[in-house]
Amino acid sequence: MDPIIILQAGVASGTVLLFATIGELFAERSGVLNLGVEGMMLVGAMSAFSVAVSTGNPWVGLLVAMLAAGLFSQIHAFITITLQADQVVSGLSLTFLGTGVSLVLGEGLSKAGTISLMPAFSIPLLSQIPLLGPVFFTNQSVLVYIGYLLTPLAWYYINHTRPGMHLRAIGEYPAAADALGINIYRLRYFYVFVGGVMAGLAGATISLAIAPGWFSEMTTAGQGWIAVGLVIFAQWDPIRAAFGSYTFGALRRLILDIQGPTMLLGMRNPFYYNPYWGFFLQMLPYAFTIIVLVIGSREAIRKRLGSPAALGTPYIRGERGL
Amino acid sequence: MRVKNVWHVISLLVLFALVLSACGTKPTTPPEEPPAATEAPAATEAPAATEAPAATEAPTEAPVEEVGGFQIPEIEEGKFNVAFVLIGPHDDGGWSQAHYEGLVYVQENVPNVHTAYIENVPEGADSEQIFRSLSRKGFDLIFGTSFGYMDPMEIVASEFPDTTYIHISGYKSNTTNFGNLFGAMESMKYLAGMLAGARAKADGNPKLGYMATFPIPEEIRLGNAIALGMKKTCPECTMDVRWINTWHDPIIEKEAAASLFDAGAQVVFTGADTPAVADVAQEKGKWGVTYDWSGSCKVERCLTAPYWNWGPVYAGIAQGLIDGTYTPGWDYFDADTGGLGLFGFMEGEEPTTGVQDLPPEVIEEVRSLLAQMLAGEFTRFDVFSGPITDNKGNVIVPEGEKFSQPDLDQFPPGAPGLECTYCMYWWADGITAELPSLSQ
Repeated sequence: MDPIIILQAGVASGTVLLFATIGELFAERSGVLNLGVEGMMLVGAMSAFSVAVSTGNPWVGLLVAMLAAGLFSQIHAFITITLQADQVVSGLSLTFLGTGVSLVLGEGLSKAGTISLMPAFSIPLLSQIPLLGPVFFTNQSVLVYIGYLLTPLAWYYINHTRPGMHLRAIGEYPAAADALGINIYRLRYFYVFVGGVMAGLAGATISLAIAPGWFSEMTTAGQGWIAVGLVIFAQWDPIRAAFGSYTFGALRRLILDIQGPTMLLGMRNPFYYNPYWGFFLQMLPYAFTIIVLVIGSREAIRKRLGSPAALGTPYIRGERGL
Repeated sequence: MRVKNVWHVISLLVLFALVLSACGTKPTTPPEEPPAATEAPAATEAPAATEAPAATEAPTEAPVEEVGGFQIPEIEEGKFNVAFVLIGPHDDGGWSQAHYEGLVYVQENVPNVHTAYIENVPEGADSEQIFRSLSRKGFDLIFGTSFGYMDPMEIVASEFPDTTYIHISGYKSNTTNFGNLFGAMESMKYLAGMLAGARAKADGNPKLGYMATFPIPEEIRLGNAIALGMKKTCPECTMDVRWINTWHDPIIEKEAAASLFDAGAQVVFTGADTPAVADVAQEKGKWGVTYDWSGSCKVERCLTAPYWNWGPVYAGIAQGLIDGTYTPGWDYFDADTGGLGLFGFMEGEEPTTGVQDLPPEVIEEVRSLLAQMLAGEFTRFDVFSGPITDNKGNVIVPEGEKFSQPDLDQFPPGAPGLECTYCMYWWADGITAELPSLSQ
């Protein structure tokens, strides 16, 4: 069991969660809760693989996946922003719809054969840094590196730019933002679109780089839900989201590698002597998601965690304070 | 605000419709079917459509019953109706695809039979509803092809005495209409273990890996068979184990394969359904041994594949039930039935590139053992014959003794009346893994 290999694999598979979490974070910061992440990811994974198979170019697949999931998210935007329907119900429906659509359109795609993957490479110099080099900068997919860039950019955008301030305003106090002349509806549509694009990117990251192929609904296997939970855990902050995503990514691989050694920290390794302990570990990310969602559903706690005040509330011009 | 409420209702209705249309699984009938039956109702209903005002909605298909998101296929009157319940997709490239090909074989080789299948059925309570619904439809014979269907099938079998239920891979039977069926895959895994051991030895890295699903007798038995074969050709070899807690999850299977290769394994075996091991072996420049389906061993780095050939077995059972000669019970077939295969060594198959440059005496030994197995001279009991020691040095079976069937598929102490002597709760010499104490 080599911690470097576990972390290296964790960063790679955590990138999927990272993209989905940051996308959802943008949507929620604008005040729209979108529980359709899982569905949008599947749409992205399916269209990315499908297009990569037919064109032979994974970059085209990536772009189409982002566009497809982004457009798909606009169903949720229309229903919750224009029609002002319940965001939870619409988001859940989006997951069902996305799963169904991608299974139908992806029929037979699992046999489509192999594709050329997104390129993977090491970064010169940076890969020479002890510990950090092999974990973060050696033989990773280009998408993993994009993840490194995106996290600080998202943080800077939200906290230190003018559009970022508008984003925070429409999620915290849309009526005031409206009075200042910010177009709430248009911006919320845009950030739901951003959430969709990022979920599509997350799905494409699975099917084009991390675990290439199309494996029906098992392609995402509930990772969209973990992303929704991670947003709350990250307290709507991109840096914390990256930390959580990579941790969960590493946990996936740790569960397997920890079964190898007979001794662990100088003690009898329980994961070697009893497979059921590994199964318990495997459950943890999902249990964590349930717990975080339950905690996050209490409004008082959510406020304390720093949730956008208008999250989940449709904005109706001239009718409510929020 | 009235307008807004109307929009609410409309949007929810639209969503509801979308979700409903998106959910269900496709109705599943194999393509080999004569199409006449499905077209007949449309033709007879054509005159009625002119009277009815809703002509545009004239049904082109019979309404399909849906249970828990699964569409229950229809039977064909006057035929012997056989249904298959699959754990994964019928084209998973492994376990379920092997069963699906068995279904196609039955359709083509048994006269006057109608076959159908339902795929992606989860084990446990969901499957019970599926088995009950299929029974209500009137299927004569239902195959359940995953371990976890066992208890649901036993329950449903007691409710529908006129339907026969055959469960694959479990250990229960009521000896009237609920039977157990499995085959001696351990024989093929033993041969594959010999090849893998020779391969690892030739590559100078005497380490194997085994991706196991659940700690059940079947998975332990197959792992032990691999290790016994491995030790024959490579006495210094060892084998790592990873438990993945699933039969079918392509991504976890890839991660587990990577975990084994990164821990130093040269050849990795899978106990799960997809050919992920060979794909990862391809990336890592190592070797993978796939499982279940003859078509699963496609990439260059696939060494071999022990596989199932269910067709003749299923056809034999269906024909036996039609003729009244087959009684459900504990049916455990050996290689001489034609139900098992080792990729690269069966008739019409070429050894893979990974096998071709192995020492000729190893290939010769595998060939001659396989010939004995196909002739019925070397069975599963010969694979598990003494002396066998476990990985702690305990003698499991002394020289001159053999395992019996209760030993092969049970943990100690075994079912009442079927107690086992040696039992399947140990890892063979060379396996670097442990099992928790049963008293825990």
